Amino acid sequence: MAGLRLDVGFVDYLILAVYFVTVLGVGFAARRAIRSSADFFLSGRSMPAWVTGLAFISANLGALEIVGMAANGAQYGLMTLHYYWIGAVPAMVFLGIVMMPFYYGSKVRSVPEFLRLRFNRPTHLFNAVSFAVAQVLIAGVNLYALALILQALLGWPLWTSIVIGAFIVLAYITLGGLSSAIYNEVLQFFVIVAGLLPITIIGLVKVGGIDGLFDKVRQSPLGDAGLHTWSNTGGTDNPLGASWIGIVFGLGFVLSFGYWTTNFAEVQRALSAKDMSAARRTPIIGAFPKLLIPAITVIPGLIALVTVQGLGADEGAYTYNNAIPLLMRDLLPNGVLGVAVTGLVASFMAGMAANVSGFNTVFTYDIWQTYVRKDRDDAHYVRVGRIATVGGIVVGIGTAFIAAGFDNIMNYIQALFSLFNAPLFATFIVGMFWKRMSAWAGFWSLLLGFLAAFTLYILHLTEVIEFNSDLEQSFWGAGLAFVTAVVVAALITPFTPGKSEDELRGLVYGTAGDTLVEDRVWWRNPVLLGVIAVILAFVLYIPVW
Amino acid sequence: MARLFDVRRVIGGLFVLYGVIVTLIGILDGPSELEKAQGVRINLWMGLGMLAFGLLMLLWLRLNPPPPLEADDDRET
Repeated sequence: MAGLRLDVGFVDYLILAVYFVTVLGVGFAARRAIRSSADFFLSGRSMPAWVTGLAFISANLGALEIVGMAANGAQYGLMTLHYYWIGAVPAMVFLGIVMMPFYYGSKVRSVPEFLRLRFNRPTHLFNAVSFAVAQVLIAGVNLYALALILQALLGWPLWTSIVIGAFIVLAYITLGGLSSAIYNEVLQFFVIVAGLLPITIIGLVKVGGIDGLFDKVRQSPLGDAGLHTWSNTGGTDNPLGASWIGIVFGLGFVLSFGYWTTNFAEVQRALSAKDMSAARRTPIIGAFPKLLIPAITVIPGLIALVTVQGLGADEGAYTYNNAIPLLMRDLLPNGVLGVAVTGLVASFMAGMAANVSGFNTVFTYDIWQTYVRKDRDDAHYVRVGRIATVGGIVVGIGTAFIAAGFDNIMNYIQALFSLFNAPLFATFIVGMFWKRMSAWAGFWSLLLGFLAAFTLYILHLTEVIEFNSDLEQSFWGAGLAFVTAVVVAALITPFTPGKSEDELRGLVYGTAGDTLVEDRVWWRNPVLLGVIAVILAFVLYIPVW
Repeated sequence: MARLFDVRRVIGGLFVLYGVIVTLIGILDGPSELEKAQGVRINLWMGLGMLAFGLLMLLWLRLNPPPPLEADDDRET
């Protein structure tokens, strides 16, 4: 892919090097603050809301997300906005308003731990192990993607990038634990924005502003359909090939709620907040930047579509996935180019660090401490967490190459989500609101929901059942898993014993008592902030209906 | 836990440094850089923008420092 090579100079490498040094410095400095396992895995529950909120969004802003969403922008047009507005914001607000009181209020240290208290140990073990495996796999995907990008942009051999990237993430998480991951995520958020903003600015100048961009998109193969989000969704005759039912229920409800509300790599950021109010505001504060991130992903995707000749090739330098790298090559002079390269590298690290810090916590608390070595002193578990970090990254490197066989990495990740997250979300939501739901119902909901999604996925891969796209398959897989889990819960509960009121205190709706102390200042009220975020999502849709 | 340093110091520091570097590049940009960036003095503007953002972070830290440690947290091992 020689066509992608950037003309990087000394100053660009200087900017990248300064970033690496800063990130490692944060790791070393955070290390001094670690006295206990709660410091290492949960930042001592001491973080202010703006920090956890930005870390929350940054943990999701991996390189795959950025590059993939720009690719979707070029390929599907403005319908990609659904991934942000209906496919993220409502779920983030729901997490903050409805679910966080149970997570934070029950003082659990992880999402699987919540399942252990609400249901039973088999449910817990199943979720802990599947989560740990998924995180390692996704970390591997991130690593491989970074290596591919750096090979194309800077000419670095794959192994150099893999070793440097893995080493830096490894170093700062092993040293400073979650505090170090969260601080670096906040830093990464700003570097990513600063790196990508010049692409949007210069790109828009080049095509004559938003009006010029839209005019040119109309004349492109994508056409006018690429400029609408809802108006063609009565059927599936639109760029995304999805009807409004699929978008609202598949993407907006099952996939999105499954990802945002139960993914521990995200929820962990909120659990590290200093109090209940800050924990509830964490995902909601994250929702505000999420509303605007399309300006540095989807818009550049469209700019690439109309300015890069030959974009959309099946292979080589001009695939949709290279939309942002190609714009960097064409538009950015040395200086901002270095910031953009750094932003891309930072976004990769943000994604991978979230996976790794979620993994080491679940491995240590939920697998090691619960099933292997109970009752050791606290220092033992910090040590195990550090070793797990090393082990997870090593396995991640090994599994990186699984990603190579798929044509669109975003779809591959979506496929993983539909297998693990949708049944988990169904089990959570039923378990949180239906006191009677039994412990074994939790286990079977999770297992059979997963198997339903898995079966459909295999039938799709072996082409027994045909779908229009991998995306359509992930909608259906998630939906099927969700329905299966709910039905199984309803069928099994009557035949198995429920849990007592005492055991469920603080875990189920209606048992928490009045633990919710509202903040007196209105601008710290999670419900108000959440409602504003959802309204903004609606308003933003209006001009691109 | 022992006091963790404030993240605003790191963000402020990094962006002030980036701001200075990129602004200097922007001042020295020649015609070829300007042509690539569609005539926008992007290095100058982004440099000044990052510099201002970094200074704002440091100013926020100055005006609103983290609260003092509680006594029982202040144990050194």
